Amino acid sequence: MVVMPVVDREKCNGCGLCISVCYCEALILVDNVITVLETEECGWCTECEAVCPTGAIACPFEIVIEHS
Amino acid sequence: MAVNNSFLKSVAYFPGLSTEELDSVKKLIFEKKVERGDIIVFEGDPPEALYFVSSGVVKMFRTSAEGKEQVLNIVRPGESFNDVPAFDGGLNLASAQAMGPVTLYGIPKHSLDLFLQEHPQVAVSVANVLAAQVRHLVSLVEDLSFRPVVGRVAKVLLEYAGDGTSPGQQLTQQDMAAMAGTAREVVSRSLKVLQSEGVIEIDRHRIVITDKEALRGIAGASN
Ligand code: SF4
Ligand code: SF4
Repeated sequence: MVVMPVVDREKCNGCGLCISVCYCEALILVDNVITVLETEECGWCTECEAVCPTGAIACPFEIVIEHS
Repeated sequence: MAVNNSFLKSVAYFPGLSTEELDSVKKLIFEKKVERGDIIVFEGDPPEALYFVSSGVVKMFRTSAEGKEQVLNIVRPGESFNDVPAFDGGLNLASAQAMGPVTLYGIPKHSLDLFLQEHPQVAVSVANVLAAQVRHLVSLVEDLSFRPVVGRVAKVLLEYAGDGTSPGQQLTQQDMAAMAGTAREVVSRSLKVLQSEGVIEIDRHRIVITDKEALRGIAGASN
């Protein structure tokens, strides 16, 4: 399973701006709501989150401390 | 050309214009299509036009002497960019890059004066648009120059890091911005600074703190 950006379906207005900036074709509109397809190609650039006008798509980071 | 009145009415510059007035605006407008990564406006060049985004998203940024990029603004459909140099004739203040395929409408700089003379009521909208931009930029300036933002971002990372036994919290750059009291654009730059200083590594959706002591030092310096 590939970790992918998370969508809040209630907030998505179907504007498609996230699709226009995504280089990996992970995002598609289904019934005017964003659906995220799992793909290794997504490099977590977070641009989908940056351009979303409603905060409907999020690229959360897990923060961990490296133990040496 | 497919500039339609409903799009123009959605542009903050043209609310309340009559159909005849919108028709005269359309005569001045040219259309431009660009692809992902294309630079539309170069910082420091003389301005050619005022632009409106019709579809897609444009990123405005400045580059420092060391080549570091600071995003100033994300421009979405219906919004304008390159306003200031197009109006005052000075050099472009920032570069503009297409974040994906983008369709733009532009008004050539040399047509703007005549346009405002013919439609003086637009000047009020222009003032509102520029005022909103100044507000946004002033808050960015405050974050970038007066506040130790990198330190506050470092503190957020330490606070929310998993200790290895339990998983860390999941935070978006938007969340970190809210916690550090800054803008998302500034968090993005701060993470790059921490990465280039070798205290964190960004491994796709994981931020790995590689030098906890150094990060503590940076966080402490913000107090
Ligand atoms: S993080 Fe980047 S690559 Fe991944 S889905 Fe979002 S825009 Fe596409
Ligand atoms: S940019 Fe946001 S609101 Fe628009 S389609 Fe994508 S997730 Fe939905």
